[in-house]
Amino acid sequence: MPVNCALIGSGNIGTDLLYKLLRSELLNPVWMVGIDPQSEGLLRARQRGLMVTDQGVEGLLPHIDRDAVRIAFDATSAYCHRDNAGKLGDHGVKMIDLTPAAIGPYCVPPVNLAKHLLAEAHNINMVTCGGQATIPIVHAVSRVQPVAYGEIVATTASKSAGPGTRKNIDEFTQTTARAIEQIGGAKQGKAIIILNPAEPPLVMRDTVHCLLQDEPDEAAIRASLLRMAAEVRQYVPGYRIKEGPIFDGRRVSTFLEVEGTGDYLPAYAGNLDIMTAAAVRAGELMAAHFEQPAVAEAAG
Amino acid sequence: MNLAGKAITLHDMSLRDGMHSVAHQFTVEQMAALATALDRAKVPMLEVTHGDGLSGTSITYGFGRHSDEEYLKAVVPKMRHSKVSVLLLPGIGTVEDLKMAQGCGVHTVRVATHCTEADVAEQHIGYAAKQGFDTVGFLMMAHMIPPAELARQAERMVSYGANCIYVTDSAGYMLPDDVSAKIGLLRSRLDAEIEIGFHGHHNLAMGIANSLAAVEAGAKRIDGSVAGFGAGAGNTPLEVFAAVCDRMGIRTGVDLDAIMDAAEDVALPIMGQPTRISRDALILGHAGVYSSFLLHAKRAEQKHGVPSRDILIELGKRKTVGGQEDMIEDVALELLRSRS
Repeated sequence: MPVNCALIGSGNIGTDLLYKLLRSELLNPVWMVGIDPQSEGLLRARQRGLMVTDQGVEGLLPHIDRDAVRIAFDATSAYCHRDNAGKLGDHGVKMIDLTPAAIGPYCVPPVNLAKHLLAEAHNINMVTCGGQATIPIVHAVSRVQPVAYGEIVATTASKSAGPGTRKNIDEFTQTTARAIEQIGGAKQGKAIIILNPAEPPLVMRDTVHCLLQDEPDEAAIRASLLRMAAEVRQYVPGYRIKEGPIFDGRRVSTFLEVEGTGDYLPAYAGNLDIMTAAAVRAGELMAAHFEQPAVAEAAG
Repeated sequence: MNLAGKAITLHDMSLRDGMHSVAHQFTVEQMAALATALDRAKVPMLEVTHGDGLSGTSITYGFGRHSDEEYLKAVVPKMRHSKVSVLLLPGIGTVEDLKMAQGCGVHTVRVATHCTEADVAEQHIGYAAKQGFDTVGFLMMAHMIPPAELARQAERMVSYGANCIYVTDSAGYMLPDDVSAKIGLLRSRLDAEIEIGFHGHHNLAMGIANSLAAVEAGAKRIDGSVAGFGAGAGNTPLEVFAAVCDRMGIRTGVDLDAIMDAAEDVALPIMGQPTRISRDALILGHAGVYSSFLLHAKRAEQKHGVPSRDILIELGKRKTVGGQEDMIEDVALELLRSRS
């Protein structure tokens, strides 16, 4: 039986999530929460049969038990998430956090999802779009040999960066840099984000540089990268290594392109897709865990 | 053009934009020496940071020889006349970097965004203004959008707390009429207490002419760089501009002899080779490409054998913006493949 879930936030990310959850066989979106009655996200959710509230999380709380909401996806802001997490956590709802609040442990599905499930975290954080695109690559290198320094540049179309991202751009760079270290496995991490307003909008692209401690084992790194890219493609079909790996002394550089499935914003907005697709994947494994814990763990 | 009697503030870029000329490799001694020479010339403001602003040190933009903090600590305490500014590009540097700069005694914070993306600067402009810094919004690649759109972005920065807005010709592409139109509209739209500035690059040798057009249209702050240190063909050569101002009766408060000495005796020996309008710099100016891409494109040429000219023109076609240095190798590889 699919697990009922709620969407908090009706902006770009929340609305894109809506479409992916409607396709899921394991998750059943029943509520969308917003704060603006005019929001397009809420309108679309209502049209597709969800219950909606424009009263924030307060509007959802009275219905959690009746509607058996077990998982909530939070696509608001770091500030709001801290508040939402407390209120929903009290009702036993598990949270998948798409804001940079990072109350719970970071989750990048092909790298560490199984570990989180085993630890039964009540709140997991999806890092950032740039993190979801690049941390698998840093990890693919660091699982071969030690990475002294990992640096990523995420470039997205201006149109795909909503007001939340813009207001809190420091949280993007700081959260991504920390996760490059903690999940990617680099000793030191750095993240840069660039918004480009070109028309037609450019597809999300990311550059990943790793400085290795020792001389690179080129064949092993290349194989590891290809394996990792294939894993990411399982949930983001438009994810590809565009150039690289390029080896320059102890530096390994990989250039990525992330095309979205065009659920809410068009295909250029791969940054939305990789975030929401990773969150849905995390939610689905969580849901499977509710049903049959042993199976989910073995699968992870 | 009669500008006699106007008073403006000159802002030297040689220790920040000039970092591009030396791949961010100034020693602290060189920086302190040049800053001291500028201070002696009574240049009212000078900027000290990595070429790409606070925390710009990276594989993508080049690692600095020293940290921003080391440079600032070597310069700020030595200044008797000049006020020190820092540059910050949201997406690269953060408010944490501003706190560090605050601890170093910096006077001015300049927050730089691409000309259409002012709203990524809200956090940083807001913080700087609240802390009482002289707070500047710096709209880069200003040639890419029409004056009315630029004015809307400027108004956003003012609403976050900026007390000065710059029209920044990062590509050295603008011509005097464009400068007049943009500065003129900003001047008419923004409150009188909001200052306006112009930052030029000399890729088409228009640095001086554009700066004069800016002053005529109401700009109060003009950026330049002694001996033309800076990305691309450098910034507006500041000692030359100071001399022109002197001829025209524009008041700058700068000691002309001393700034010429700073350029000739201090800046030039550090630079190694004088900045000139090379073929690549001219392409930047002609195609409207971010000036800092120049040395990176040269390096990609050496590494992959693709002419830097082709790389730069392609970067222009793709409407790349400031900070997209990581595109340079990507484009070089793509061009290489399309030719094999």
